[in-house]
Amino acid sequence: MKLSENMNQVPVGPFHPLLEEAEYFNLTVEGETVVDIDLDIGWMHRGHEFISEQKTFTQSIFLVERICGICSTSHPLACVHAIEDVDNIEIPERAAYIRTLVGELERIHSHLLWLGLAGHFIGYDTLWMWAWKYREPVLQMFEIISGNRNHYGVMRVGGVSRDIDLDRVKELHKILDTVDAKIKMIAAAAPDDPVLKSRLVGVGVLTNQDAIDMCAVGPTSRASGVPWDVRKDEPTDAYGLVDFDVIVLQNGDVWDKLVVRLLETLESTKICRQCLDKLKTVKGPILNNVKEISAGEGIGRYEAPRGEVFHYVRTDGSNRAIRHKIRAPSYVNIPTYSASCKGIPIADALITLAAVDPCYCCTERALRVKGEDPDAIDFVKLSREKTERIRREIHGH
Amino acid sequence: MGWYNKRLAKSIWVFHVSASPCNNCDIEILDLLTPKYDVERLGIKLVGSVRHADVLLVSGVINQKVAPMVKKIYEQAPKPIFVMGVGTCPSGGCCFNDSYNIVENREDVIPFDIYVPGCPPKPEAMIAGAAKLMEVLNG
Repeated sequence: MKLSENMNQVPVGPFHPLLEEAEYFNLTVEGETVVDIDLDIGWMHRGHEFISEQKTFTQSIFLVERICGICSTSHPLACVHAIEDVDNIEIPERAAYIRTLVGELERIHSHLLWLGLAGHFIGYDTLWMWAWKYREPVLQMFEIISGNRNHYGVMRVGGVSRDIDLDRVKELHKILDTVDAKIKMIAAAAPDDPVLKSRLVGVGVLTNQDAIDMCAVGPTSRASGVPWDVRKDEPTDAYGLVDFDVIVLQNGDVWDKLVVRLLETLESTKICRQCLDKLKTVKGPILNNVKEISAGEGIGRYEAPRGEVFHYVRTDGSNRAIRHKIRAPSYVNIPTYSASCKGIPIADALITLAAVDPCYCCTERALRVKGEDPDAIDFVKLSREKTERIRREIHGH
Repeated sequence: MGWYNKRLAKSIWVFHVSASPCNNCDIEILDLLTPKYDVERLGIKLVGSVRHADVLLVSGVINQKVAPMVKKIYEQAPKPIFVMGVGTCPSGGCCFNDSYNIVENREDVIPFDIYVPGCPPKPEAMIAGAAKLMEVLNG
């Protein structure tokens, strides 16, 4: 963008005290108002798709788990959905409940993590300490289920790797009750907080039309009145068997995004409780033995805490994928900055940037080769040519 | 510099450098500051600028794009500065050794003094790592 006389550029990053990950924003400001935003990503690119094509299916589940530490159930779950989709592999009922339980616990921990960071971003560290204190029992539950606090390694093609015995289910129930009480307390206290309200209401509005036009997903779109949730629309695992509501609000500001996440956390505890109840009665195997995956393609989707995560796998009958394509939710949510950040004061810009709960580790799947002029490359044309080439390879005409 | 290190060990201020990690070590580092672990009681504080730091917490396999920035941050830091590699990525490369985008030798980019392995390391392990560093500084 061409700068006029009274415009300035404010660089944020790549290492900034507020940013957890390395990313670079270039805000163009006129006085105190943001008029344009540009961002540079790629600081986290590690080449997951390339590495995954060299690993076996079971190995690549561990690899995609390490795309992002906060979505470390969503990516493996979408990946196993994609591999299972190739051969329409069914999973045992007990495995479905364990998958849903782990997925929803992750949603609780991710939303509480975001709530704390949102408090930190607006300089309200009390909320940060609160939210993270009550997030600890969730990590303890993960430790009981999987033995690790963050990377769980639970998902397998055809089921799950670990069973939860009855004693542990009872213990998890007990911890869930304490978590639930604390989340209810936060959900009751935070909306009455004058500090939060004065900083967040009406800030960074993403209108319903913009959310649809920019294909926003997850809480970002649901706060703008788009009722799109993969869990409800295309239920996989045990989501068709449990009772829960999709939270949709209309205003699209940061405040509504906060409330959507808080209420979703309560819905998640509801789902977890139903899953734990079912795990007491539903018995059976947890893993179907999958001998081989035939040639074909499969897609897998899952509603991650940030929105829909999408995996595409193409196989040739060997023990590894020949193409593994990943689309993370933040990749489609980040362009909404251009709608929500323009015209707001620069003091509100950072919380607006944080409001979509961006995860740059998930996003950075593409890399531009050094030395080429980005303006000279027509990425849309390249993408279409590639799609056409793949179509010909598969269908042969 | 023995006298300086002894004083430094009383209260180490850390700066967090995320060199293409998966975010997990980073949220565990933040977890250290929150009520359950609360490392500020041990004098460890997360600071916003590298100019205030005594220890750099580096997480992640360092990729080609972030490597010059990490080098720059190390150069900007006041010396003596100690570098702690958090997680399996700095110590062993985790599962990314086959990648085309990571630097060949992480020690060339930034000289690590201490590693805390684990994917991610538990907060207790990071505190143990910091305690070991303090022990070394105290001589």
